[in-house]
Amino acid sequence: MNAYIAYKVSTRTTLPMFKNRTFSVWRRFSDFLGLYEKLSVKHSLNGCIIPPPPEKSIVGMTKVKVGKEDSSSADFVETRRAALERYLQRVVCHPSLLQDPDVREFLERDELPRAVGTHTLSGAGFLKMINRASDAVSKMTVKISDSDAWFDNKLQEVESEELQLRKLHAVVESLVNHRKELCGNTAVFAKSMAMLGNSEDNTALSRALSQLAEVEDKMETLHQEQAASDFFILAELLADYIRLLGAVRGCFEQRMKTWQRWQEAQSTLQKKREVEAKLLWANKPDKLQQAKEEITEWEGKVTQYERDFDRISVTVRKEFLRFEKEKSKDFKSQIVKYLESLLQSQQRLVKFWEAFLPEAKAIG
Amino acid sequence: MTLQHDNATSHTTRSVCDFLQDRNVSVLPWPAKSPDLNPIEHVWDLLDRRVRDRARSVSVDLNNDASLLIDIPDALCERDKVKFTVHTKTTLSSFQKPDFSVPRQHEDFIWLHDTLVETEDYAGLIIPPAPPKPDFESPREKMHKLGEGEATMTKEEYTKMKQELEAEYLAVFKKTVQVHEVFLQRLSSHPILSKDRNFQIFLEYDQDLSVRRKNAKETFGSFFKNMVKSADEVIISGIKEVDDFFEQEKTFLLDYSSKIKDSTARAEKMTRSHKNVADDYIHISATLNSLSVDDNTKVEGRVASDEELKLTELLRYYMLDIQAAKDLLYRRARALADYENSNKALDKARLKSKDIAQAEEHQQQCLQKFDKLSESGKRELTSFKGRRVVAFRKNLIEMAELEIKHAKNNMALLQGCIELLKSN
Repeated sequence: MNAYIAYKVSTRTTLPMFKNRTFSVWRRFSDFLGLYEKLSVKHSLNGCIIPPPPEKSIVGMTKVKVGKEDSSSADFVETRRAALERYLQRVVCHPSLLQDPDVREFLERDELPRAVGTHTLSGAGFLKMINRASDAVSKMTVKISDSDAWFDNKLQEVESEELQLRKLHAVVESLVNHRKELCGNTAVFAKSMAMLGNSEDNTALSRALSQLAEVEDKMETLHQEQAASDFFILAELLADYIRLLGAVRGCFEQRMKTWQRWQEAQSTLQKKREVEAKLLWANKPDKLQQAKEEITEWEGKVTQYERDFDRISVTVRKEFLRFEKEKSKDFKSQIVKYLESLLQSQQRLVKFWEAFLPEAKAIG
Repeated sequence: MTLQHDNATSHTTRSVCDFLQDRNVSVLPWPAKSPDLNPIEHVWDLLDRRVRDRARSVSVDLNNDASLLIDIPDALCERDKVKFTVHTKTTLSSFQKPDFSVPRQHEDFIWLHDTLVETEDYAGLIIPPAPPKPDFESPREKMHKLGEGEATMTKEEYTKMKQELEAEYLAVFKKTVQVHEVFLQRLSSHPILSKDRNFQIFLEYDQDLSVRRKNAKETFGSFFKNMVKSADEVIISGIKEVDDFFEQEKTFLLDYSSKIKDSTARAEKMTRSHKNVADDYIHISATLNSLSVDDNTKVEGRVASDEELKLTELLRYYMLDIQAAKDLLYRRARALADYENSNKALDKARLKSKDIAQAEEHQQQCLQKFDKLSESGKRELTSFKGRRVVAFRKNLIEMAELEIKHAKNNMALLQGCIELLKSN
């Protein structure tokens, strides 16, 4: 099956680095994954937190490809579109990533070369790599400076927050499902009320029952909209942040690896010095020369790795603080949006029942 | 002059403070988060209780006749059994005392109902439906699940869930007391049934009634009778009706009863889903405990249970009541069939010139029975109609008012939350 879905990516900008002010391109899902792969390769070693794209979904895509004309495929495409949009927005929000020519190319270029090998590198795939690596890396046993306590604490915070979010996400999913159920049951109930109203021989009561049926019908629509908002505003927000926290953990692990490399270089240097000392004793001048060269080489490496470590520490810290700020802004605005949607549905609810009340009072 | 108001944001804005200052009104310093000190809050509480007490019975206020007043002021729940305290206040001389109480179990109510149904003399009456068995299965199961899942929840979450469950338990309890009470009140307000000897025994007999209750064999007997009855029903409904009134009633009741049965089932399902949504909110709020979204859950939960109380119970009650009305129709149709059969028998006897007198007497008896049933049946069915309309009206109004009240509460809470978040 060669069919695929293309998403339109529209940009509006005042930045001088782009050729035009407004432009659109068409991209497919693997293009987004390709972008992520390129960015990860380039920036994750610096300790950047790279926003992960949405997950691949074989089931979802197959349904769409087969051409299933039901609401579940439409839902799937819409969910994916919204997720891809958020992904891109996070990428361009990031000051260093925005400067990356790959990002610019993604947004501007008419035809992108097909991204290959993306089946191995979805967000989850990358995370799996990180997790495997982190198992191999040993924990820091020597506190180099006070700031390491900071990193340790933050990592712990991230891990516990991820757990909390996962739990919350599961509950929100259950909420969405229950609300959908409520929707269905309300619709069926409305129908049976209408039938009861038809059977009723007291005219006022009959009319009131039919009205009740209509109110319940409206409630069903209300519930449906609320379920959608539960999902798109709340559940997706949580899902996004669970993935993002995974990326944050990846960052911290990168820093670990850098530290590891530095430590290993230091111990190699030590070994080389021991070799030199032995050679001095044994008085082997040509081997000694080689040993001295190796020592210089490794001294250079140690210095460089130390510098790398310092640099990545600074970046990770900066990235993390930026992430925290973005996260709290994001959460706040989404939760306010959600509460506003709840408020709106309550307002409409009041209107429905207030319209019904006189009908009920008119019975008899 | 001193003004007392709490620290709601609308009270503490600059414009309000300036306004008060301009008019030399001093404001009582108020500690944060202290609604319990605010006298008006207690008024709302009292009002709430009063309204709730009024909204108790599903049917119209039945305890009108002061000569015989019955209520269930108290009930105890022991494991599976509920013990009701049936309290009677009467001015009738047929009772030994003017004011007394007896303990009764659910089975005693069923016994009373069944004896009334089986009394020939009451064939022309609609016997109020028996109260359903108290069902604590659902909250008990949930409580059990909660206990098992305690380790996976935070203390807050657990406490909240437990509170909700206790509220549900209480709601089931109140409901069962209510239906048992209504059953007795229907009897006491009925001109004929209130004088029933067994009813009096039920109210007065201060020993355990279980000796008078059915034993297993008898229960089986009535089970088979019901089986036979439904088979007869099919035959009877084919009999041509002699009276327009009853013809209409039959059509109406058959149709209505199936619809109302359907509606009851649907309403139940709907309120159950609503409860599920409310439960989910509890879990969510427990995790998001930094926001004050938790009050939202209580309101949602209460919406679900109020909805259930009003609508579902109304439908369920009338479903049972319709069944009782149908039973009346059935008995009358049976009497009509008997009458017609007796007519045929009389004709046959006349033809054979044998046992004419006997056949004539039998025919007369059948006719009398049929007429009596028709007369009282007409009365009963008309008053039943009136009762039903009034009850629906009352409950639909109350339900709509409650929905509005809860939605407005919800809105206030949500607005408060939103403002809090935006100002942060």
